Amino acid sequence: MNWIKTKNNSKLNLKDIPCLKIHELREEIIHENKRPVAFFGKDWGNGEVKLFIVLADDKNGELLVSSALFKKGETFYESITKDIPSFHIFEREFYEDFKIEPLHHPWLKPVRKNQKEYPFFEMEGEEVHQVAVGPIHAGVIEPGHFRFMCNGETVYHLEIMLGYQHKGVEELMVKNPSNQLAESIVGDSVIAYNTAYSQAMETLRGIKISDKAKLIRMLALEMERAAIHIGDMGAVAGDIAYAMGAAVFGVTRTLVINTMLEFCGSRFGRGLVNVGGVNFDIDEEKIQRAQQTFKKVEKDVDRMTKTMLKNASVMSRLEKTGTVSTEKALEIGLVGMAAKASGVDLDSRFDFPDELMNTLQIVRKPFKGVGDVNSRFKLRYKEIKESLSIIRKILEELKSLKDEPVLDNGYYLNQKDAFVISIVEGWRGEVVHIAMTDNTGALSRYKIKDPSFNNWYGLALAVRNNGISDFPLCNKSFNLSYSGNDL
Amino acid sequence: MLTQILNLIILLFVPFLMMGIIKKTKAFWAGKKGASVFQPIFDFVRLIKKDFVISNTTSVVFKITPIISIATAIAAALFVPLAFGKAVINIPAGIIVFAYTLGLGKFFALISAMDTGSSFEGMGASREASFTTIVEPAFFTVIASIMALTGNYTFDSLTQILDNAGNYGVLIIIFAVVALFLMILIEGSRVPVDDPATHLELTMIHEVMILDNSGSDLALIMWANSIKMFLISSLIANILLPQTLETYTFAGLYLLIMFAISVIIGTIESGMARIRMSHVFEFVFIMSSLALVVLSLVVARMFGG
Repeated sequence: MNWIKTKNNSKLNLKDIPCLKIHELREEIIHENKRPVAFFGKDWGNGEVKLFIVLADDKNGELLVSSALFKKGETFYESITKDIPSFHIFEREFYEDFKIEPLHHPWLKPVRKNQKEYPFFEMEGEEVHQVAVGPIHAGVIEPGHFRFMCNGETVYHLEIMLGYQHKGVEELMVKNPSNQLAESIVGDSVIAYNTAYSQAMETLRGIKISDKAKLIRMLALEMERAAIHIGDMGAVAGDIAYAMGAAVFGVTRTLVINTMLEFCGSRFGRGLVNVGGVNFDIDEEKIQRAQQTFKKVEKDVDRMTKTMLKNASVMSRLEKTGTVSTEKALEIGLVGMAAKASGVDLDSRFDFPDELMNTLQIVRKPFKGVGDVNSRFKLRYKEIKESLSIIRKILEELKSLKDEPVLDNGYYLNQKDAFVISIVEGWRGEVVHIAMTDNTGALSRYKIKDPSFNNWYGLALAVRNNGISDFPLCNKSFNLSYSGNDL
Repeated sequence: MLTQILNLIILLFVPFLMMGIIKKTKAFWAGKKGASVFQPIFDFVRLIKKDFVISNTTSVVFKITPIISIATAIAAALFVPLAFGKAVINIPAGIIVFAYTLGLGKFFALISAMDTGSSFEGMGASREASFTTIVEPAFFTVIASIMALTGNYTFDSLTQILDNAGNYGVLIIIFAVVALFLMILIEGSRVPVDDPATHLELTMIHEVMILDNSGSDLALIMWANSIKMFLISSLIANILLPQTLETYTFAGLYLLIMFAISVIIGTIESGMARIRMSHVFEFVFIMSSLALVVLSLVVARMFGG
């Protein structure tokens, strides 16, 4: 066996993971031709490095895991990217961390370290000019450097250099894992990150959480999705100077996050999720108030979206701006929202479903996107509607589960020599956490992959041949995380 | 004399108040309370008290531009009829002095933007320059047509359209007013051409040119810009009001029209998105088309049947 098959949130024994030679593994990957979910190294002692790879079989809800060992002195291998381009960012990261070079990689540039030596792609010509933006930006956003190659107002090429937020989260996670750290990694995906971390720890320790706790987590996750999507729709409206949209969506988002504040004391859901369940129960009075609020939210979002989509000046800005075609999306391996908008239906809520999804009768509804800003805008609207319908179901369900406990705070030990994959569909896409333990049960490697890691390159492709003044609009329609990429 | 002093007071305060009313209107449509209409005056006072930072890559051009901006704006104001239908310096062909005094200010704004060496400001300057080149002939066509019609080559002619144009009067007024209104949106950098509220340097036109200006320099430039908008609005008010009105009725209606223009701009900004940069030219050409309509109406009146 060259692969071991597993599911989301299930435990593997480290010694059960096949260990191949790298050229065999490379052939296996090309033979399987599946989507990479994780591709990372671990220091194996004595100068050896072990490369772990997780592929997703989205159709069957399975994850394929394998590994390869690099002996001391083995410092290169034939790149996988030249056959499967979606590996490009993973191989760059692996090279940056362990200095094992993928030969014939077409775009072997720094990911988050060594920006001082970043080799920018440059075009030459009398009419070509460069525009450098950042790392400090005009708005209150994270740092990142953007280099445009333009001819007049048209962008030929955009190169995105990140890494200003690199803070060594994965190492911190190994040293001192905690919910507080997990939920601070990406500030707009607090619930997704904290749930992914908690699920990984629960699987590692064999904790079974109550249905009520699971429902509250799911509720919070959908609230996070709805809140951020509404906020982003407002931000898109703001970028095209449609003041009314910006104002209405801004107010509506506040209603959602203020409901979160009522549930757990933090508008962004900090402190809600914990290993073993959730920290806060939701009583009937709060449920009723939330139901009222979400009715109003749905009404407002419906009305404003319809007004915007009917406005010709708005549509002329959104349509055919920043297009990423389905082929390109598949080729570079977009995930989550950006992939869905380009017509690639990836959603780990449905690809790796929890049994609760069936109990609540939540069905997948396809979305026909063409990959432009308009598609991403409409996808957000569709996801808000879906999230609100899931929220309605969960709130109804919670009423009947009055007395169930929400937190199991017993003392459990990590399993030794284990390998756990935990995937949560945050609003941006799949948030992947992988935890490994050593022979004492302590964490020995913690790998995090944010959807932004895959999707930043999609933004670079989206702005090609667009006006440079449309870049902020494209950027806002993706709304990718700097911190999640830089870790 | 009294009217001239009143004119001066109007020139000092009304440009700020127009900005304040636009913002208030936008706040109203967004369901917000909004800042006081006097806020732009407070902002001006706050900024004028501040020191400024000057980038060390700039030359003397950058330093003198704020002064030139405000000087040209106030100088241009002297040639335009304000609240009492008479310009302070009422000379034939005052339009040329008016347009090119403002043009001088704009020229310095452009080279000052390029002087900073920033790639954004160069982009902004190129955008602003290309739109201005289309606006200028359209503006001359509108005003010169009216002057030709009335045979009066001072700005007084604006109030004499109805007396000279016969049946065409109302049409000429409508088209001229709409053309000049579009000019406010373009020259005043308002939505849908530009977005004065944005922080996105890549999408700006006018704002990006003054990114490096700060403190009192910024205050002067912003003041000059609001005066420019106010002057074009004054032209609209004078076209709309007939000269036969009694002096103070004229002034009252004038102020009412300035208020209405501000409210209309605010409403447009609330209910409309910006035009894509590559399509702004099409918008600017609407003004040129309207100017040509004014010209043909005047030709039809003077030489037609």
